[in-house]
Amino acid sequence: MDSNMKKQLEIKACKVRMGIIEGVYNAKSGHPGGSLSIADLLTYLYFAKMNVNPDMPDDPKRDRFVLSKGHTAPGLYSVLAEKGFFDKSELKSLRHIGALLQGHPCIHIPGVDMSSGSLGQGISVANGMALSGKITNDSYKVYTVLGDGEIQEGQVWEAAMFAAHYKLDNLVAIVDNNGLQIDGKIDDVMSPYPIVDKFKAFGWHVIEMNAHDFDDIERAFNEAEKISGQPVPIIQKSVKGKGVSFMENNAGWHGKAPNDDEYAKAMAELNEQLKELEG
Amino acid sequence: MENVIKKATRESYGEALAELGEEFENLYVFDADLAAATKTGTFKKKFPDRFFDCGIAEADMMGVAAGMAATGKIPFASTFAMFAAGRAFEIVRNSIGYPHLNVKIGATHAGISVGEDGATHQCNEDIALMRTIPGMTIINPADDVEAKAAVRAAVEFNGPVYMRFGRLATPVFNDAETYKFELGKGIKLRDGKDIAIIATGLMVNEAIEAAKELAKQGIEATVINIHTIKPIDKDIIIEAAKNTNLVLTAEEHSVIGGLGSAVCDVLAENYPTKTIKIGVNDEFGHSGPAVDLLKEFGLSSDNIVKTAIEAVKAK
Repeated sequence: MDSNMKKQLEIKACKVRMGIIEGVYNAKSGHPGGSLSIADLLTYLYFAKMNVNPDMPDDPKRDRFVLSKGHTAPGLYSVLAEKGFFDKSELKSLRHIGALLQGHPCIHIPGVDMSSGSLGQGISVANGMALSGKITNDSYKVYTVLGDGEIQEGQVWEAAMFAAHYKLDNLVAIVDNNGLQIDGKIDDVMSPYPIVDKFKAFGWHVIEMNAHDFDDIERAFNEAEKISGQPVPIIQKSVKGKGVSFMENNAGWHGKAPNDDEYAKAMAELNEQLKELEG
Repeated sequence: MENVIKKATRESYGEALAELGEEFENLYVFDADLAAATKTGTFKKKFPDRFFDCGIAEADMMGVAAGMAATGKIPFASTFAMFAAGRAFEIVRNSIGYPHLNVKIGATHAGISVGEDGATHQCNEDIALMRTIPGMTIINPADDVEAKAAVRAAVEFNGPVYMRFGRLATPVFNDAETYKFELGKGIKLRDGKDIAIIATGLMVNEAIEAAKELAKQGIEATVINIHTIKPIDKDIIIEAAKNTNLVLTAEEHSVIGGLGSAVCDVLAENYPTKTIKIGVNDEFGHSGPAVDLLKEFGLSSDNIVKTAIEAVKAK
């Protein structure tokens, strides 16, 4: 990736992170940790990869995105706002009564392709979108993001079988491997490891990636593009809470909003990062 | 005895899909390893490229159907009622109901008439479950003619629809030439002032037979067929209650949450009327020939007659 592009994406990702903190802080609830861990991924998808147009959110030719780990909606909303699907001010009323932005993704929000949040379901929906595209030779791609805890859901493996059986090579499922879930470390709660071997055994072409390095993200997605006849999971090694020092690698920040002090501290850190990137 | 043609509504479902497949090129069918039993195999044979087996994975099937509907196609997802409404309930609620996607659920082997397979497969709860999902349309056809018309209506309607079909061959009493299906509208089959029998599914024919017998005994019954359980035809129910002041509901489903409950909901709010519910009481079924089970559980014209006579006497 050329350095200018990389810089632009890093700046965008930092702004997306600020939107996440803004949203969760104003909502006084929500899921910052897993939203921050996919902030770079979402930035890459929406600003460097996917064919989407905020002026035509229902364009049938658009690439589709399903946030299977729907609790990280603040991440999706922040990137959609950054992309121009709706005004950034909407982030401040996230989760409020009468607000556009629901606690979990809702199909009626511009740019949101599917309601999600009950874990394990989004990947099946992504399967349906991908199969639909294949049978009528549509050129769109389907992307879905799962949590590493989410893959404890049995439906994920029903879906994994389906995608391989029907050779859905227009589907990329990213597993956000930040290693933490609500009750603690995923390998303490209910280990889903070895994740790579599991998907391989289910007939997927597995790619691994560093979730916080745009060069590596681009490499992974370029490789995914070349795979035919198999669905691709990208297992991204990520840091939960990435970008806000006191939230990093802390399961306590899975589903908790920052208080006034924590909000100020988080925004100060992100502002500092932004200044450095723009400087 | 007149010559009665009998047919299971699951057969009607399969035939209707195969027929509608010609007309609607964007109609696709999913099944979960039960194509031979749900009769979607009839469609599969004719349109192999538009049929997808999901294997024994009903949760994924419902999600896949939702994803396909989100891209503008019309998917039918088929399996037994137990798995469609039971096992996959939460996927139907969250991935189909909440986003209000245009998925048609074809649930066969509903009710106790599954027969020998026994309680694990006799789904008497599906209507109750599906009724609680906002925006879900529920159709429980009474015979072959109505079932085929219902499938067409489901295709032409934009929104999620749950269709309930049976395994047991039951009498075809509607006339295919004159029958007209209107989504959300009940059908008055008979007028009588003493009692209103409101039935659904295979109990409609039992209600018709019961009314004939009741007439012989001097009791005139109104008979109403409610094929669309949601949204329910309030007007026809209220009118029947006003004209008779005594209502009896009949369904091959639990008395908790099914047609009987839906009728009570309407009447309690609009025209409180004594209502007696015939259905599967708060218990599981068991193995046995379907016809015998229906009799044992009181899902018969005989039981309707007996119950109606007692109720009319007590009026």
